[in-house]
Amino acid sequence: MVLELYLDLLSQPCRAIYIFAKKNGIPFQMHTVDLRKGEHLSDAFAQVNPVKKVPAMKDNDFTLSESVAILLYLTHKYKVPDHWYPQDLQARARVDEYLAWQHTTLRRSCLRALWHKVMFPVFLGEQVPSETLAATLAELDVNLRVLEDKFLQDKAFLVGPHISLADLVAITEVMHPIGGGCPVFEGHPKLAAWYHRVETVVGKELFREANEVILKVKDSAPVNLIIKQKVMPRVLAMIQ
Amino acid sequence: MGLKLYLDLLSQPCRAVYIFAKKNGIPFQLHTVDLLKGQHVSEQFLQLNCQRKVPVLKDGNFVLTESSAILIYLSSKYQVADHWYPADLQARARVHEYLGWHTDNIRGIFGVPLWTKVLGPLIGTQIPEEKVERNRKNMFESLQRLEEKFFGDGTFLTGYQVTVADLMCLEELMQPVALGYNLFEGRPQLTAWRARVEAFLGANLCQQAHGRILSIQEQAAKNALPVPYPEVQSRMMLRIARIP
Repeated sequence: MVLELYLDLLSQPCRAIYIFAKKNGIPFQMHTVDLRKGEHLSDAFAQVNPVKKVPAMKDNDFTLSESVAILLYLTHKYKVPDHWYPQDLQARARVDEYLAWQHTTLRRSCLRALWHKVMFPVFLGEQVPSETLAATLAELDVNLRVLEDKFLQDKAFLVGPHISLADLVAITEVMHPIGGGCPVFEGHPKLAAWYHRVETVVGKELFREANEVILKVKDSAPVNLIIKQKVMPRVLAMIQ
Repeated sequence: MGLKLYLDLLSQPCRAVYIFAKKNGIPFQLHTVDLLKGQHVSEQFLQLNCQRKVPVLKDGNFVLTESSAILIYLSSKYQVADHWYPADLQARARVHEYLGWHTDNIRGIFGVPLWTKVLGPLIGTQIPEEKVERNRKNMFESLQRLEEKFFGDGTFLTGYQVTVADLMCLEELMQPVALGYNLFEGRPQLTAWRARVEAFLGANLCQQAHGRILSIQEQAAKNALPVPYPEVQSRMMLRIARIP
């Protein structure tokens, strides 16, 4: 049976997995789990991932959650080109380092930026105090600076001359505030150049396809009130 | 120029790295970076890690941060026993699945009691009771989820042998335990798991690794802890502000 991926391209880690699988020609059946409709909270999806989060993967009897776990599983199983997750010990460690760092820093601040700027007012119908938004955007800027100064520096890609899992995860992270209309590259010219390089290597068509949902996020329909009740506690926990 | 590890055993991820290196007989030079004395904000340490965090690994000219990256690097370089970070596709995936889940559900939550009981008061800051209570609730809910998700198949978190996942988890849980929280009471599965991990590591190694955190509250009570200087205090205040 073909690999099954449970994704919502609204989600940063889902986009990374989608791009990775498509780019590497990994055959999969896509199951869209619409987060804005609360589909992740269904009993059916709980059978796949009891934690009720996307992304999730099912490879025959083997189900797996957590995006880094899924990306590495796909990397090893499908023997993708070395540059994605190099055999070289130190180069690989750099990818691991980025994947570990991003989780509570860049991913979190990109998520908060999108939710505070767009999802709360547009989707949830909740006002966000301007000081809160300002603090979130300031924190995002700090993390973008670390991305630029610690990870990218003067290299073409985050860990060296070639694209890796680190770049995929990072680019899908920054698409969140970009979709939210934040001027992510203002004051970060190196990141802007890096973004274009990643887009070129991924391929403009695949890049556009993967980002279609996030780029239209400002047009999200207001949430159904019953769903709002169900998702609100999880949203608040997620962006804490 | 051998392997150097920059650690403060007050820190959960530092303990995981320390225990891993010691248990596997990996030769290293320990550089203690005393967080309370602000050694992590020194110019010297800043050169090593601009993020001012521990643990840090230095192998020749190669500097590496992030505990899970360090553990994986050491596993591969020193060719430790396979069970720590299994080569098997699915077994390894389970380790990474735990590490991802750990970041959202354990990290950041179990470290809070050290702040509320020792570090906050050390700099004259009382964390509101409401936050202490919320943290207690968050910890207990996380433990519930931990048991539900990872205590199914196997005697350890991701299978039948100890992996780096067990180390990372144990060291996080040790933090509130050292501060007097009885996380294991009424949790036989968790208690049994802890006993198995500690038996595997050995009492001496556990004592060595846990000594500092286990004595911290007593030291604070005796006023034996260094009072952090202003630059460190302002960084501590930022961390305290993030306690939900």
